Amino acid sequence: MSSAERSYAEAIRDALAIALEEDERVLLLGEDIGVYGGAFQVTGDLVERFGELRVVDTPISELGSAGLAVGAALNGLRPVLEFQFSDFAALAMEQIVNQAAKMRFMLGGEVSVPVVMRFPCGSGTGAAAQHSQSLEAWLGHVPGLKVVQPSTPHDAKGMLLAAIDDPDPVMIFEHKLLYKMKGEVPDGRYTVPLDRAEIRRAGDALTVVASGIMVHKALQAAEILAAEGHALEVIDLRSVRPIDRDTIVESVCRTHRLLCVHEAVKTLGVGAEISALVSESEAFDYLDAPIVRLGGAETPIPYNPVLEKAAVPQVDDIVEATRALVTGRR
Amino acid sequence: MSDATAVRQDRHNAPCAFRQLDSERLRELLHRMRMVRRFEERAEESYTRGLIHGTMHLSIGQEASAVGVCAALREDDQITSTHRGHGHCIAKGADVGRMFAEFFGKESGYCRGRGGSMHIADVAGGNLGANGIVAGGIPIAVGAALANARLNTGRVVVSFFGDGANNEGAFHEALNMASIWSLPVVFVCENNGYGMSTSTARSTAVASIAERAPAYAMPGVSVDGNAVSDVFEATGTAVARARAGDGPTLIECRTYRWRGHSKSDRNRYRSKEEIDGWVERDPIARFERDLIEWGHARQADIDAVATEVERCIDAALAFADAAPEPDVADLTAWVTTVAAGDGVRVER
Repeated sequence: MSSAERSYAEAIRDALAIALEEDERVLLLGEDIGVYGGAFQVTGDLVERFGELRVVDTPISELGSAGLAVGAALNGLRPVLEFQFSDFAALAMEQIVNQAAKMRFMLGGEVSVPVVMRFPCGSGTGAAAQHSQSLEAWLGHVPGLKVVQPSTPHDAKGMLLAAIDDPDPVMIFEHKLLYKMKGEVPDGRYTVPLDRAEIRRAGDALTVVASGIMVHKALQAAEILAAEGHALEVIDLRSVRPIDRDTIVESVCRTHRLLCVHEAVKTLGVGAEISALVSESEAFDYLDAPIVRLGGAETPIPYNPVLEKAAVPQVDDIVEATRALVTGRR
Repeated sequence: MSDATAVRQDRHNAPCAFRQLDSERLRELLHRMRMVRRFEERAEESYTRGLIHGTMHLSIGQEASAVGVCAALREDDQITSTHRGHGHCIAKGADVGRMFAEFFGKESGYCRGRGGSMHIADVAGGNLGANGIVAGGIPIAVGAALANARLNTGRVVVSFFGDGANNEGAFHEALNMASIWSLPVVFVCENNGYGMSTSTARSTAVASIAERAPAYAMPGVSVDGNAVSDVFEATGTAVARARAGDGPTLIECRTYRWRGHSKSDRNRYRSKEEIDGWVERDPIARFERDLIEWGHARQADIDAVATEVERCIDAALAFADAAPEPDVADLTAWVTTVAAGDGVRVER
């Protein structure tokens, strides 16, 4: 299959275009996704290519739009709803959590809700406390939802196409700083599973399970530590619900050490879940050191750039935590 | 007795339903209304006997709105319903045996015992589901209507909700979207005067819910929700408008629930006189009188409907009673359609 270098945003647009082209039931919904091209220029020119009946600018009504998507999905469409910022999920939680997630179950399997919701998330843009959160753990706590965090342009496209194919509600968290990141992206249709972690770098000294943008920070840290003789294994979590337990446990059994890194607030975050599932697994007996978690500070995301940076794990934090873990100095 | 009542000859003066529908269809509507009433009375009795888990929200006294609205729908039209949704479900044609089975938590219930009274649905029959969240179904109805429009199904969606829902954000967001896109949806507010214990006078800035409609540039009509013909007529107009692509309508059905909000209600916010006044305006008794008056039924026909309803309810209860319980091994079935990602392994 031929491929091209594309940005993460272009990869998503490519996936949306393929889905719109292939399946008349696919419908894009969201605020300013039409002529404006989306708050982060993800939908771009799709409205010109597919028209206003397929690429629909919604009013600023997150709750209503989420319900609209649920109803459309119930009745046979394949809606993809873009939120401008993941923070606005708070406005739509009723429809996401009480309706989309539970509809199939409450109705005893009589329906499916094939809706996709895309959430630009994360800090680093100076957008302060209400436009910078990482809320994947909120939705990951709800049975009935599938929650993913692609970290590369390749996965952003493949997981979005898988999500549109999937008969259940899929929530996709896209870190805003990744939108401009480039990578090799195959042309045409392909899918990436919604329930598999991926080993991005193999190693035997320590397993780092990272998600979203933290995958790239972990890979940078791994590069630095390789020079010091420590071979890190970096796992890209990719899916928050379900978590790919087997890939993580198998890795920890080999490396005997685990570091979890995510941008979301540490307390009650996904790292806590990974830590717990490893503690409950056969990997527990292999651990040579306590499990360590790095996550966002216990604060809303600040505006000041120095504070903003300090509020989420950076490469240096990963390097430092890894050194302590592999040398036993804590 | 009342075969003695004189049958009026000036049929052109009869309310809409008595002119537009034939006697058989009208007696069918009576059958539905009585079925709703008796279903709920027997459900209440089963609850008292400990056969029903949880709680339930009875619509006794509101039967004319559910039945009048659904009488104006095509069989393939759809509805979204509410926590007080037994009437909607029956009016849309659901089987009361499977409904009782759901109330009893049985595998043969409409939701395999997973949903209960508050989530009762009959998707094949066009009922997309009751909803435990006030106004939860309204944006869903708009989305369902959007799909119907895009897929050219010709179907109209009716969204039932109570007066309480008119103060939820979802109501306002949904009405606005339905209007800007002229979607084939009809909003039916069953105003029974109280959101749980709080009266509309205390909770709602407008005197009539129908007054919300002008804000969304759609027709708003307020009808006597205890007059099945008035409800039928208003819905017929709204459905025709929706089906023609001219957009949504908001209908307010003014009615009253005789029972409390739910089983825990001690009725501290209403007087006995107020309740008795509405009981005197019983929509079923009124419809029966009208059927006789306009020559569509004799007392014997009405008695036959009542007998037939009792027979159906008895059979439905027997069916539900004998139905199997869900298997605990299936506890997590139906949570998702396929396991994430594999796209192949379908549950069960």
